[in-house]
Amino acid sequence: MIFGYPLLSAAVWLPILFGLLVLATGNDRNAKMARTIALVGAILSFLVTIPLYTGFDRMTSDMQFVEMKDWIARFNIHYHLGVDGISVLFVLLNSFFTPLVVIAGWKVIEKRVAQYMAAFLIMSGLVNGVFVALDAMLFYVFWEAMLIPMFIIIGVWGGPNRVYAALKFFLYTLLGSLLMLVALLYLYHQSGGSFEILDFHRMAMPSLSAQILVFIAFFMAFSVKVPMVPVHTWLPDAHVEAPTGGSVVLAAIMLKVGAYGFIRFSLPITPDASHYLAPVMITLSLIAVVYIGLVALTQSDMKKLVAYSSISHMGFVTLGFFIFNAYGMEGALLQMISHGFVAGALFLCIGVLYDRVHSRQIVDYGGVAKKMPIFAAFFMLFAMANSGLPGTSGFVGEFMVIMGAVKANFWYAFLAASTLIFGAAYTLWMYKRVIFGAITNDHVAHLRDIGNREKLVFVFLTVAVLGMGLYPLPFADIMHTTVNDLLVHLATPKVLN
Amino acid sequence: MEMQSLYLLVPLAPLVGALAAGLFGNVLGRAWSHRITIALVAVSFFASLVIYRDVMAGHLFNGTVYKWMSSDITSFEVGFLIDRLTVMMMLVVTFVSLMVHIYTIGYMEDDPGYQRFFSYISLFTFSMLMLVMANNFMQLFFGWEAVGLVSYLLIGFWYTRPTAIYANLKAFLVNRVGDFGFLLGIGLVLMVFGTLDYQSVFTNAHNYVNDMAPIPGVSVGLLTAICILLFIGAMGKSAQFPLHVWLPDSMEGPTPISALIHAATMVTAGIFMVARMSPLFELSDTALSFVMVIGAITALFMGFLGIIQNDIKRVVAYSTLSQLGYMTVALGASAYSAAVFHLMTHAFFKALLFLAAGSVIIAMHHDQDIRNMGGLRKYMPITWITSLIGSLALIGTPFFSGFYSKDSIIEAVGMSHLPGSGFAYFAVVAGVFVTAFYSFRMYFLVFHGEERFGKEHHGHDEHHGLAPGQKPHETSWVVTLPLILLAIPSVLIGFITIEPMLFGDYFLDAIYIGSNHHALVEMREEFHGAFAMALHALVSLPFWLALGGAVSAWFLYMKRPDIPETIKRKFSGIYSVLDNKYYFDRFNDWFFAGGARGASRLLWKFGDVKLIDGFFVNGSARLVGMFSGVLRGFQTGYVYHYAFWMIIGVSALLTVRTWFE
Repeated sequence: MIFGYPLLSAAVWLPILFGLLVLATGNDRNAKMARTIALVGAILSFLVTIPLYTGFDRMTSDMQFVEMKDWIARFNIHYHLGVDGISVLFVLLNSFFTPLVVIAGWKVIEKRVAQYMAAFLIMSGLVNGVFVALDAMLFYVFWEAMLIPMFIIIGVWGGPNRVYAALKFFLYTLLGSLLMLVALLYLYHQSGGSFEILDFHRMAMPSLSAQILVFIAFFMAFSVKVPMVPVHTWLPDAHVEAPTGGSVVLAAIMLKVGAYGFIRFSLPITPDASHYLAPVMITLSLIAVVYIGLVALTQSDMKKLVAYSSISHMGFVTLGFFIFNAYGMEGALLQMISHGFVAGALFLCIGVLYDRVHSRQIVDYGGVAKKMPIFAAFFMLFAMANSGLPGTSGFVGEFMVIMGAVKANFWYAFLAASTLIFGAAYTLWMYKRVIFGAITNDHVAHLRDIGNREKLVFVFLTVAVLGMGLYPLPFADIMHTTVNDLLVHLATPKVLN
Repeated sequence: MEMQSLYLLVPLAPLVGALAAGLFGNVLGRAWSHRITIALVAVSFFASLVIYRDVMAGHLFNGTVYKWMSSDITSFEVGFLIDRLTVMMMLVVTFVSLMVHIYTIGYMEDDPGYQRFFSYISLFTFSMLMLVMANNFMQLFFGWEAVGLVSYLLIGFWYTRPTAIYANLKAFLVNRVGDFGFLLGIGLVLMVFGTLDYQSVFTNAHNYVNDMAPIPGVSVGLLTAICILLFIGAMGKSAQFPLHVWLPDSMEGPTPISALIHAATMVTAGIFMVARMSPLFELSDTALSFVMVIGAITALFMGFLGIIQNDIKRVVAYSTLSQLGYMTVALGASAYSAAVFHLMTHAFFKALLFLAAGSVIIAMHHDQDIRNMGGLRKYMPITWITSLIGSLALIGTPFFSGFYSKDSIIEAVGMSHLPGSGFAYFAVVAGVFVTAFYSFRMYFLVFHGEERFGKEHHGHDEHHGLAPGQKPHETSWVVTLPLILLAIPSVLIGFITIEPMLFGDYFLDAIYIGSNHHALVEMREEFHGAFAMALHALVSLPFWLALGGAVSAWFLYMKRPDIPETIKRKFSGIYSVLDNKYYFDRFNDWFFAGGARGASRLLWKFGDVKLIDGFFVNGSARLVGMFSGVLRGFQTGYVYHYAFWMIIGVSALLTVRTWFE
């Protein structure tokens, strides 16, 4: 706690409170007020998370800003919050995106404005809850609750096939989550009645096979969210149908929750199973990088293309986790943050085009640069970041993971590095067909360039993408101690006998 | 302290220019955009001169600018290594860049993207300087990719042209193939040495001479693997066979950048990189052999393609490919200083040739076909004379700069004993004839003979070319001044610098040559001054080959133009192989581009759509639906149905109970 108030609770509840306040403005007659309150709430919610970074003690891997209260005493469930060098970054990333999403949806969303804004604010708080919860039950509640606003966002403001997509999204993720609940109950039982995640980390497990079962249960929950191959097919559908803001949050934040689960649960709780199953995890990750990278190439729908690109980039994250060295681990975490910026930015770019032309099909564009030069410049930057160009954030994580992969096995790196070619191919080929060339149709001929509101959003993301690309040290610095301790922890067998 | 701020000033000045022209170009207007960028590149050039004097006084620098990132116990930094190799590159880059900046005022005069163009070329200058000034592999890779980005942006500068945006995507992707190897090489370096700092890697390299590469299933020496992987990067950037395919297409970009990026500087980054890595390459003869053979193939076979080109820029482009091959061969022969020497002389005379070609293109109203030119010497005397100087330098006329560098390469290759050096020697010697032939074919067709412009030509883009009766005229001073300023070093720089650069101790600190590779040592013994070297060349084979090439070109294209036509008809098979550039583009389009697209569609349709979604996801949904359909059948709502099932259930339970009792 700093300045005497509970920062983490603020990070969780402030956006939720503002979300409820926005809801209270009621119908669309008060849309203006709803937007204003939402923006103020989002900005305030971001501001309260900044002391988490500035006041963070980098020398320890202990949980910081801890809050601990009884919640359901009978089952020994606590309201226990805290962040370490890993989760703190994701709280910041999530809170950074909320104002951007509010601004991006400012004019575009005209129906049920209050509900739209409220859904994003509430979701932002719940996601922060996922990142800061140290009690497994509390985590589970946030984890499941977070699905609801996203389900609503896709189901209400989505495209024509939104119901199929929303259901697919919901069922896919729910199915995985239920197995996680079983695992948590098992761990509760094993630990002698504790839901403390940190107790789970410390406690020994009876056998390797028990660890493997727990690992698989967690894997079902987290791999769907990441998403890993082969449980990834909900993502392209969800993205295609989701409104722009929904896609942004989905790509930038939601996918990170799954990867975070591996770091918070799978790796530290079942280190031996993680080692045992690492070849499988690495294989799935490399399939994601190569196979999905290839699949992205011929997508005709821009959102689908970026969705596949997301899956491919998240393959780097899981690859980095399971090669068990510092380069890989830190690279994976940096990749998560960068992917948030870059994928979020790309979905916003597609949103800008969609708002004007109402099509996501690549063939409906061509020659946009002529009419929208400023937009084309921003889009170029983000496309390059998506191709992993050095100097942008997209490079940092990929570079580190590839460096780590060389250490683990040269051929892992060989396959992973193919993204240098595929990533550039699908991104720049799309860019070429959409932005370059002669003006192909009337819609494009009547395009107007982005306005100040859109520019503002892109400028923030540009600063983030370039800032992190040119100077990633502040992002990496804060996680060193935590990552190193995690690696030591991972190297220590915890099977009894 | 003062010098260190100068080091920073050199790359940052063009960056500031790029940002000013790029972000505020509309506010600044055209004139201020070029004034600011030119002034800042000039600042960069003069600062480089000061640094040059300082370095020559013995002040080297190797230090960190800032810490980029750290992980494990490794710290990744942005830093500068200022030694004689660096400072030479800094001078070449900033000087050629300055010339190209000035020239651009004239060349891009009417272009709506004027400010954007200046922004890009300044950004390129920044990136290239960061590349050559790097003191570690990571920053090298930064600069490496950054120049690739600017090259991409500039090839596609006229982004509405389908050929331009095809070429820039192709250039980027082919370069990415090279970078793929490059990055893996860097990965091996980091894994083995635990650092990416040049100095630490180079001083420790000899400890790993006998180590095997940690690549499961492949038995190859560690340093060989590292060097070959790094060199794959150089093959992309320096357009070596078979990754050369992007360079000819890159001519879609405006001519100033063809001079700056695709002739003088960026494409030589690979040569520079290998020279910089000499302490590594010297420890692997296998890698050196590989380098030499690749370079030899490029030098000779790309030269052949220059013979049949009719686009003025493409002739120069193929000559660039071939000359890059020469430099690469020199690297393989451990004559790094000869390679870098040729890099420098080539930067001047090739930039000159490109800018002169651009001057011709302006005069011809953007018609680039040399068959529509001829007799231009009358109308454009400065362009004519400077082109002649450039061509003479290129073919290696004694006393011209190109002679000293190319002759040294040929001699060095002749003294190499590595596998493949015999072929390489043949390639570079035969290449001399080819170079002279295509250079003077172009020279004669453009500047001499019948005036073929201003004719009605059919099926041609009506925006281009001179109207009937219209005469070309010399271009303005912003165009001709750079030509003159580049012509001077094209003549003189070789004569002046060969002694210190090749046989003196200029590169003593920067380039390492193993004691088992003595080509340069032997050459030093035979060297008796630049003047004697040129005189001696008059009785050597390359000189006569060059002369023969030039004379044949004169005979075939000025005296008997019917003969080339006959040859073309008689040997149509060979001609179409050359015309199709050995079918590389077709193969790549079909196999790699088409293959990837096909595989993509197949994997997606089968893997994602059919198998995962069709079978598993929707299949399980159908399964649930089927079950529920069956179950729904029971919920009829008729009481007698329920009663019937109840009776069956109760009796079943009773039966089970009685059985188990």
